[in-house]
Amino acid sequence: MRLNSIESRLLVVLVLMIFGLSLASDQFLTLGNLTSLLNNNAVNLIWAVGLLVVLIAGGIDISFAVAASVVQYVAVFCFQALGGGNWLIGFIVCGGLGIVLGLVNAVLIHGFRIISIVITIATFNAYFGLLMFFSKGRFIYNLPDWWTDRIFIFEHQSATGTWSELNLAVAVMVVCVAATAFLIRYTNIGRQLYAFGDNPEGARRAGVNITVMQCVAFGWMGLMAGIAGLMQVNIVKEVVPNALYGRELDVLAAVVLGGARLGGGRGTVLGCILGVMFVAITQNGLNLLGVSPFAFQMIIGAAILIAISSSNVPVELKRFRWRGISPGSFRRADP
Amino acid sequence: MPDKPELKPLALKLGGVSKVFGGVQALNAVSFDVQEGEIHCLSGENGCGKSTLIKIVTGVYSPAPGARIEIFGRRFDVMTPNLARSLGIEVIWQDLALFPHMTVAENIAFDELVGTRPRAVWIRGIHQRAEAVLARLGVSIDLNSSLNSLPIAQRQIVAIARALMGNAKLLFMDEPTSSLSQSETSRLLEVVRTLSRQGVAVVFVSHRLAEVLEISSRVTVLRDGKLVGVFPTAGMTQARLGELMTGTRFEQGMSARDRSSSPAVLEVENLGRSGEFENVNLTIRAGEVVGMTGLIGAGRTELAHALIGMTRPEAGAVRLNGRRIRLRSIRDAIREGIAYVSEDRLGLGLVLKQSIADNTVIAVLDRILGKLGLLSPQRQLNLVDHWIGRLAVKIGHADHAILTLSGGNQQRVVLAKWLATNPKLLILDSPTVGVDVGARAGIFEIVRELADQGIAILLISDEVSEVLLNSDRILHIIDGRIAGEYDPRATSAEELEQRIYA
Repeated sequence: MRLNSIESRLLVVLVLMIFGLSLASDQFLTLGNLTSLLNNNAVNLIWAVGLLVVLIAGGIDISFAVAASVVQYVAVFCFQALGGGNWLIGFIVCGGLGIVLGLVNAVLIHGFRIISIVITIATFNAYFGLLMFFSKGRFIYNLPDWWTDRIFIFEHQSATGTWSELNLAVAVMVVCVAATAFLIRYTNIGRQLYAFGDNPEGARRAGVNITVMQCVAFGWMGLMAGIAGLMQVNIVKEVVPNALYGRELDVLAAVVLGGARLGGGRGTVLGCILGVMFVAITQNGLNLLGVSPFAFQMIIGAAILIAISSSNVPVELKRFRWRGISPGSFRRADP
Repeated sequence: MPDKPELKPLALKLGGVSKVFGGVQALNAVSFDVQEGEIHCLSGENGCGKSTLIKIVTGVYSPAPGARIEIFGRRFDVMTPNLARSLGIEVIWQDLALFPHMTVAENIAFDELVGTRPRAVWIRGIHQRAEAVLARLGVSIDLNSSLNSLPIAQRQIVAIARALMGNAKLLFMDEPTSSLSQSETSRLLEVVRTLSRQGVAVVFVSHRLAEVLEISSRVTVLRDGKLVGVFPTAGMTQARLGELMTGTRFEQGMSARDRSSSPAVLEVENLGRSGEFENVNLTIRAGEVVGMTGLIGAGRTELAHALIGMTRPEAGAVRLNGRRIRLRSIRDAIREGIAYVSEDRLGLGLVLKQSIADNTVIAVLDRILGKLGLLSPQRQLNLVDHWIGRLAVKIGHADHAILTLSGGNQQRVVLAKWLATNPKLLILDSPTVGVDVGARAGIFEIVRELADQGIAILLISDEVSEVLLNSDRILHIIDGRIAGEYDPRATSAEELEQRIYA
């Protein structure tokens, strides 16, 4: 990690925030608060690493959160048809449905050569419209027990008797994050995704299979969206058609904050994690300090502006320094 | 250079290669051969068929029936891009096709990552192989730095290293030096010679004839899709080569005249901007073409930027027609009658996705307003017709995208755009980058005509012969200072070159 990368600066800011909050609020640095932070953001982080892959490949996806809702509804019917299902079937069905919805985006984008923001805004509206139309806005509470039962991967009772625990979504999130990190960093497919996002024409000329790259990027996003949908039901124990509507922009903000470049070719899993955690801790901290929730939106907006514009500051500084020591530099001329 | 070139085995032998695109004969029964380890130049004007020929060798296009393609002694009836690559044929296109946000090592080793079958990649292995290739070229570049932090010259080296990773034995380089300074060019040519010594055949395409003659042992000239001939570079002159390429004689004489009695248009006194230039004094008179040359980075372009209000000088004064002016923006400069043709035609000079007509009028939109202050299509058309005709721009239709034009014609449109502003002072910064020999002559004809009409012209260029032939006076700039003034009639290209590159 380079010293002036967005990731390292975000890390410094995050450490300072954690330090400040732990002084300002005695509840912040408690096991209970930290575990609930993780529980509440596991789904966001699963989406975030999926979106990261799309951004790296030079695309964008607006439709993933609504796609996760679609997956939830369709999965309810699939589980009924399959006689109840279980976690294995759940992952296969939700992951598979997610991949299909992701590939719809990929095929439209690649087949019609339309930029991804247009296609995914269209599918975002289409998915949401279809969902509201067919579900008639009904909530579903009657879900298989395996789906809604809490599974804890970590439990701890403090001396005062309060329980802190991590639920299954966190474990799934860790696997998704690790798998994404491996995909983009340590496989030839990942490096080709970066290259395709960085210079599509150069990648095409080098023989990169563009069709496959688009399908991998949006398919991976779809897989993550499907898994996120599955885990979100496990947390809230209900399927609500508009529950996830609007979450896409929060996730996008976090991923961009973490240094992924909207033009493609740049972005890391670490940045993604830091971005999501920054948003989460800001919100958590403001809650604990009793600040109005509207301040949160404002702060996230300001943070994005500062993070993105400050990434240009070192370049300017370097130019300034270079001027100072270049052989052709002169005394400042008298006015 | 080898004494008996005929004894060397051939890397490439083409015969009877023809190609027709929609009724246009792009190549007509062309033959072409390259010896192993040879540096061979492929010359000709834009549109003469060089790129088509390269694309046929690399399997991008298939030639018309009757063509013979032999590579390293093996005959091929069908060529495909993958087959060409597996035979060790690589092309470095002008835009390099590299990945700006990836590291140097990843760029060099990229081709081994290509494929849809997933497999793990070990970054350390990539680094070792990239390191080895750079060592073979005798250069060292930080493998971890991202490509966009490197200057263009080093990116060229990265592109060459990448081709070598693919085990290139026959390397085509398409205008590799067009955006390099003189010293960067000579370093690149040194790398090309290293390749040649290692047995790699290099086919070099360049518009800079001096370079062609310096680097290669033989030159193949194409004109209008036909082979003009294959010539040894020993004993060849730039003028003769230009003549072969265009089919017309270029006995361009010196155009220098004495304008010392004309009124001064631009007077610059002690102009300075820290870190860029200092104590610059110069005068350009009406109808005078003042050449300015020097190494890239000497402050030529920076001075031009200050003269057009892009940056503000910190010291000194600028007078235009005797009146002191202080420019705060380029808009101010246009209003005062100063026009600047940028060295970066594609990036700054043109709006690439817009039409020829829109590009022509973009700087004078406020002068073609009709009723209600809206743009008048009729006035635009008149203006465009006037300049297209006057500068003899070869276009299909003024509504076509500017990208459909050749480099020379694009540059004419840029000139038209600025001439439409009725400038008193025209600054031309490297106006012939990427423009071929025939079109260059045309552009300088226009420049001389403009001077004759009384426009003062500052011609910035690092091609000595260009400045020498087309200026009335030559200023030499070193480290931001004007170090000397030369009369083109009293100096030779060799003398000037020695001063600049000393």
